[in-house]
Amino acid sequence: MQKEDIRFLKQKARIIRCNILETLGIGKKGHLGGSMSSADLVTALYFYKMKHNSKNPDDPDRDRFIFSKGHSVLAQYAALAECGYFPKSILKTTKTLGSILQGHPETRTPGIEANTGSLGQGLSIGLGMAIGAKLDHKNYKVYVILGDGELAEGQIWEAASTASFYKLDNLIAIVDYNKLLQAVGFLKKRYDMGDIRGKFAIFGWKTFEINGHDMEEILQALNSVDEIKGAPSVIIAHTIKGKGVSFAENNPAFHNAPLTKEQIEKAKADICNS
Amino acid sequence: MRQKENLREAYGKELLKCAKENNKIIALDADLCGSTKSIYIEKEIPARFFEMGIAEQNMTSTAAGLALVGKIPFVHSFAVFAVGQAYNQIRQGIALPKLNVKIIGSSCGLSDFGDGATHQSVEDISIMRAIPNMVVIVPVDAIETRKVVRAVIKYNGPVYIRINRNDLTNVTKEEDSFEIGKISKVAEGNDITVFACGIMVSQALEARKTLLRMGISARVVNVSTIKPLDIENVKKFAKDVKGVITAEENTIIGGLGGAISEALSEELIKIKKVGINDEFGQSANCYDDLINYYGLTPKNIINAARELVS
Repeated sequence: MQKEDIRFLKQKARIIRCNILETLGIGKKGHLGGSMSSADLVTALYFYKMKHNSKNPDDPDRDRFIFSKGHSVLAQYAALAECGYFPKSILKTTKTLGSILQGHPETRTPGIEANTGSLGQGLSIGLGMAIGAKLDHKNYKVYVILGDGELAEGQIWEAASTASFYKLDNLIAIVDYNKLLQAVGFLKKRYDMGDIRGKFAIFGWKTFEINGHDMEEILQALNSVDEIKGAPSVIIAHTIKGKGVSFAENNPAFHNAPLTKEQIEKAKADICNS
Repeated sequence: MRQKENLREAYGKELLKCAKENNKIIALDADLCGSTKSIYIEKEIPARFFEMGIAEQNMTSTAAGLALVGKIPFVHSFAVFAVGQAYNQIRQGIALPKLNVKIIGSSCGLSDFGDGATHQSVEDISIMRAIPNMVVIVPVDAIETRKVVRAVIKYNGPVYIRINRNDLTNVTKEEDSFEIGKISKVAEGNDITVFACGIMVSQALEARKTLLRMGISARVVNVSTIKPLDIENVKKFAKDVKGVITAEENTIIGGLGGAISEALSEELIKIKKVGINDEFGQSANCYDDLINYYGLTPKNIINAARELVS
């Protein structure tokens, strides 16, 4: 990891955040908060860590990324467009009739690996891919971003048990721990998930805890995971919902909200000045 | 007297044969491999058998992941759990992206007689046929079960197969062909047509014998693919008769009876449904006790036929 890498990735993250705003446009409801909180993680995966090629999206050896908290797909669309999976010009068709960019991830979109959005399923889908890699003696890795609120789904812990039982060291979960639940308030108050790291640890996972907006910490964690053998890994990434947009940060009102022209301009200025 | 044979045994052994020929086939089970007979894969090809614990939702989504990397996963549980416990995983993760996952609903209908309503699936056909992109197959006997296994492996997409737990009479022959989406006439007749699936095909054949003595000639059609329904042939077989009977070991709401009624809704023909009458199952000493209690009998088919021709 070089200093130049960090500078490059920070700039990419700004572009991703601006793409998210482009995708949202004026007055269209979209999941701003969770997309912004995961933007740095998504940037690090697509522009640093993962083996993938937009010219050959079906490469059997590519690393896989599943956005289990599918409502934050705007961050993924932003990254996929930036990588050239589809033209940036279609970002604004997101959530319109006939668009390949649906409100939640679907495999009809180039670069999207699985249908997610019904929360709790993505880790299990990743588990299946990780088993497939082992069966085929392939070295690709499967990265799954989970929401913190999503961890309430029992299926997550079914998958956590199974991944550990089958020693799937090619499966990496990343928790976008933005500590806000949906549009209604703070996770801790409404539905406290307790010691998330401890829970994964007791399920047999290797655990890491980082600042999910510190690019250096993100890269370090993603690289450390490569050294783990015989167990799945989870990176608990502390994040801020709405990160980068001053008025939306830690504000539950921007979980899924339309933005005015002025708000978009303010948001872009915030991102450029970050 | 035709021979009786066990469907899940036939299923498990055929899947093993196919798995030996095709290394993409993977078996997943939720602690029921001894019942569903995926155990044959575990015993002979352990590397391609995955015990997923009693966690059907995770098992089903894991199968989606395996299909996404080119495998042909077969997911096993009792029908009531395979469908009910993992409905949303099937709907969102498998049917919507049309993934190549085969869902095996074993011990279907009332066939797990002792365990009672919690283990008996009376609505799985109805639920599964309502999901877009899903193929729904109810093999009629062991002979057809083996052909179904081979056919679904050739078909690239999600399939639900409902497998009876018990020994059933073989009503098809080795030389008969099975094709997904095709219904087949098992006995000719010209007064009424009985569209039946699963165990109800042999019940209809029994009814047909008695009806013949009463001067009523019944055609019996095996509808092993409930979806996609062979509408053209359903209409053809319903055209020249006085009435149609549907017979299924499933609720009369939304299952085979529902599918046939929808297909014939623009035809001027009377339809009577024999099936489970919008109620749950219960425990019994034997399968026959339940079949009789819920009226899944030749007698009920005979009564329906007599009303239709009168």
